[in-house]
Amino acid sequence: MLTIRMVPCLDVDEIGVVKGVRFKDLVRAGDPVELARRYYEQGADEIAFLDVGASWKSRGTLLDVVRDVSRAVFVPLSAGGGVGSTDDFREILRAGADKVSVCTAALERPTLLTEAASEFGSQCVVLSVDAGRAGGSWHAFAKGGRVDTGRDAVEWAIEGEKRGAGEILLNSIDRDGTGQGYDLELLALVTAAVRVPVIASGGAGDFEQIGAAITEGGADAVLVASLLHSGRATIADIKGYLKDKGVNVR
Amino acid sequence: MIGIIDYGAGNLDSVLKALGWLGFEAGTVASPDGMTGVDKLIIPGVGSFGAALDRIMDRGLEVPIMDWIADDRPLLGICLGMQLLFEGSEESPDRAGFGFFRGTCRRLLARKVPHMGWNDVEVLRPDPLFEDVENGERFYFIHGYAAFGRGNDALAMSDHDGGFVAAAGRNNVRGVQFHPEKSGPAGLRLLMNWGTKC
Repeated sequence: MLTIRMVPCLDVDEIGVVKGVRFKDLVRAGDPVELARRYYEQGADEIAFLDVGASWKSRGTLLDVVRDVSRAVFVPLSAGGGVGSTDDFREILRAGADKVSVCTAALERPTLLTEAASEFGSQCVVLSVDAGRAGGSWHAFAKGGRVDTGRDAVEWAIEGEKRGAGEILLNSIDRDGTGQGYDLELLALVTAAVRVPVIASGGAGDFEQIGAAITEGGADAVLVASLLHSGRATIADIKGYLKDKGVNVR
Repeated sequence: MIGIIDYGAGNLDSVLKALGWLGFEAGTVASPDGMTGVDKLIIPGVGSFGAALDRIMDRGLEVPIMDWIADDRPLLGICLGMQLLFEGSEESPDRAGFGFFRGTCRRLLARKVPHMGWNDVEVLRPDPLFEDVENGERFYFIHGYAAFGRGNDALAMSDHDGGFVAAAGRNNVRGVQFHPEKSGPAGLRLLMNWGTKC
């Protein structure tokens, strides 16, 4: 039986530091490679990198990080942030990523998903859906959550799968960084609507919320950032908790 | 030297990096001449059955691989590279595989296809490939097709809404449906076993 995946997410910007991280004694600033290696040793099932600078300079940093990490970390790596073309896919995959996530460009030009899937296989195409509440439903947002496209987020996830996405990274922009927990209602809607794996992102403040994303939300994988970066928990701690709750983890 | 067949598969670099980490000397083989000095061969995977065969043929590697298998030299097929060692695949029904393992690969019948993630592997019989690997250990899979049936050359099974062959082996040929190069310490152990014991 497939295990539920724990995916630490590292934000990378122009100067290579891992953004939003209170480093404390955990790891030197500016060394995402060491951090990735540490999470790998703790039992991370996959590692995600997000270029939050989304400029040519931060892209360069992202590629360097992926290249270095892929030499010492032997689990799947995904990377995204500012991906706009199949050339971007190629460049990131060549650096050593196994999957590439795309958000805004796919909203602007959905055929990008199809192009990327036919060239590289849908297993490496991750559609990142930034969803925000809009009345009784959710809209898909572009440009790092700044632009409401007016498009229904659940419908967009379904369309993304049809167009070639092999996985959905579902981020609740209302919950991101709040520690209030994942948006379970949204998560349950999306996991029931698509047949590709769904990674829950945005809002994990404690173990219970991670457990709920899996048992109530139906998530196949959970993206974790601040809980780990702050040093409040290790992957092994989270997996230990989940195992006790009867969740199948590695 | 370990030679990795280069037919344009995306995960070739990952395999090279893992072998490099383990201290093996490894390089890519993109033409028949590239086989010189190679004593162990890996066929990596990712892509579709027919397209992979096309590229292998375009590069003139089909006959050298067939000779390699006929001479019973050490070979490891990974993911699609393992499927190519079977007689064929539903994915490209008009194409014949290398036919070393009996049977045809079929599409997985599961709610979620492709089968993506970490799944446990049940070893059916002792083999150097799985030495010091715990029975039931998890490996990383990403595939939509697989070989079925415990018979013949199946070494290990896994389950995704139904059992399928996770590893196969006979004589000096091995195949794994998962990606050892992406399966953490257990995957590295398996590659080390293959490199030193198979």
